[in-house]
Amino acid sequence: MRKTLFVILAVALAGCQQSETTTTTGTAGTTAAAASAAPVRLQGAGSTFDTPLFSKVFDAYQKQGGAEVNYQSIGSGGGVQQVIKGVVDFGASDYPLNDEQTKAAEAAGGPVVHVPVTMGAVSVGYNLPVEGLRLDGPTLADIYLGKITKWNDRRIAAINPGVQLPSTAIAVVHRADGSGTTFIFTSYLSAVSPEWKSKAGAAGSVKWPVGIGAKGSEGVSGQVTNTPGAVGYFEMAYANLNHIKSAVLKNAGGRFVAPSVQGAADAGASAANNMPADLKAVFVNAPGDTSYPIAGFSWIIVYQNQKDATKGEALVKLLRYTVHDGQQFAQALDYAPLPKPVQDLDDQAIAKISVAGHPAQ
Amino acid sequence: MQRSADDRLFRLMTGAFAALVLVIVIGIGYELWAQSVLSIQKFGWSFWTGRTWDPVAGDFGALPFIWGTIYSSLLALILSTPIALGIAIFISELSPRSLRQPLGYLTELLAAIPSIVYGLWGIFVLVPIVRKAEILLPDPLRKLPLFSGAPLGVGMGAAGLILAIMVVPYTSSVAREILKNVPVAQREAAYALGSTRWEAIKVAIGYGKTGIIGAIMLGLGRALGETMAVTMVIGNAPQVSLSLYAPQYTMAAVIANEFTEAAEELYLHALIEIGLLLFVITIVVNILSRLLIWSTRRRAPNVVAVPPVVEEEEAAA
Repeated sequence: MRKTLFVILAVALAGCQQSETTTTTGTAGTTAAAASAAPVRLQGAGSTFDTPLFSKVFDAYQKQGGAEVNYQSIGSGGGVQQVIKGVVDFGASDYPLNDEQTKAAEAAGGPVVHVPVTMGAVSVGYNLPVEGLRLDGPTLADIYLGKITKWNDRRIAAINPGVQLPSTAIAVVHRADGSGTTFIFTSYLSAVSPEWKSKAGAAGSVKWPVGIGAKGSEGVSGQVTNTPGAVGYFEMAYANLNHIKSAVLKNAGGRFVAPSVQGAADAGASAANNMPADLKAVFVNAPGDTSYPIAGFSWIIVYQNQKDATKGEALVKLLRYTVHDGQQFAQALDYAPLPKPVQDLDDQAIAKISVAGHPAQ
Repeated sequence: MQRSADDRLFRLMTGAFAALVLVIVIGIGYELWAQSVLSIQKFGWSFWTGRTWDPVAGDFGALPFIWGTIYSSLLALILSTPIALGIAIFISELSPRSLRQPLGYLTELLAAIPSIVYGLWGIFVLVPIVRKAEILLPDPLRKLPLFSGAPLGVGMGAAGLILAIMVVPYTSSVAREILKNVPVAQREAAYALGSTRWEAIKVAIGYGKTGIIGAIMLGLGRALGETMAVTMVIGNAPQVSLSLYAPQYTMAAVIANEFTEAAEELYLHALIEIGLLLFVITIVVNILSRLLIWSTRRRAPNVVAVPPVVEEEEAAA
């Protein structure tokens, strides 16, 4: 019922946005050549992580004569459900559809296409009077499993030679609400620790063995800032925004890498080499010397067979724009721009979309 | 003739409105049940007693949330009742006339602050203070189960405190109204018998006892359903613990936190079933408070008091 309420609210909000954006098209329309095209409105919903980027990209797209896009950031799970039900034209999600969802989608409207549209890195922030703390995957997993409880544990000391570590108790902080950030983080822990994989697993919300749950990335970063000895994870942008120290993590190549847009992009590029055909790649702990290990894609999810000719064409154009021209806005907003190999794979995926039975133009 | 037709129409209309309340309550109950059928079928009664909440494995039990909700609400009640009654007694009995209005206004203002503001204040002000207090607690006390665990600041203690602050204005303003409605004759009679001021106040409180219990129950109803402020300071860890230091979780908080990203059918149904349980628990608490009021009223038959109001906070689903 709450969800229905959300939808109603979202639609109401969309209504406000629409009237607002329509006026801007009106003024831009007199100059833009594309004004001749009938106004097409696309509805999207999903990931909150994507929202700042999408606002920028969709706005720029509309200004140059593209379709008007209403995007509601209701969370990845909600976006997936709405696109499956056909409530929206596209969904955006920080995690790919699982088997159950894929089946539901196939029953409702046929196969779906996953198009990676951006990438993000997840920082592991800590609150200690120590600069550049180093951590590796198994150690981080054991901290989150509650097996390492003090900062001066000898396993942490072993990877931080010469660093004076305090005996402060580790206060583990994680997200309380379901989130794509949690999905990427727990995917990483599952990739580096078999014990984590069997005890908790990888998902948007998991059964946390220890720790405090905080609401939203702002909650986790706030808790880490406030609690001496705390460790928490959040999108890289939050670490920069709140001046939280981020751990330097050991990647699959054995190098220690600090979180950065470039590190995430390198990880994505190396993942493109062995990408599955459906592009549902989770590339945590990616190979490559410069790859940052906790990074992931965010996808736009659409039905492969678009029934509405006008909307379908508009959707394909929007996807192409987002994957290519739209990437110029990524860096400034702390997203990693898609590397060339991923863009190529995206083009192939978009080419699979058929509009009213024909391939898109 | 005309008049009686009007009367009938009026009666019909008000009757329909009253019936509407019943329809809404039944409708909510039915809808919650219908939307949580999968979880009810799979877990049955063990949902009430299960301690696991594992969205990955699809194994759900609500006990930690039920425990957290009831524990935090009772804690809030214990902390807020003496303060709220103190405020009510001072304003209605002891304070200078010129202070009455502003004091009453200020306590009611507390109720108008949005809970998200309480939550943020909780994170940035209350939690650090609680952490300092937790660290300062002498070691022998720390061995008690009530204070065991690491001093994190967030946890059951902080949640109880913030709830207590939020509940105070409700309890105190209703209690104040009750005391105001105690007939002057009661107090005058007490003074005539040679009572001190304190004894006269005791008489007034005794007179309004049922109403005051109603006021406390109103506070409990609010505490049970409070979501946002609690989730920001309680630590959101589903565990059953007596410790005020331990991060725990409430029913309303888990629904608010996990609903948007609950993609699997069973997960969604389990969350809605939590809403159903909260609904049931609120109704049971209401019934119990009615019984309590009823029994005190029977014991003091000639007492006329303001009927108690027990409100339900919107069940979060």
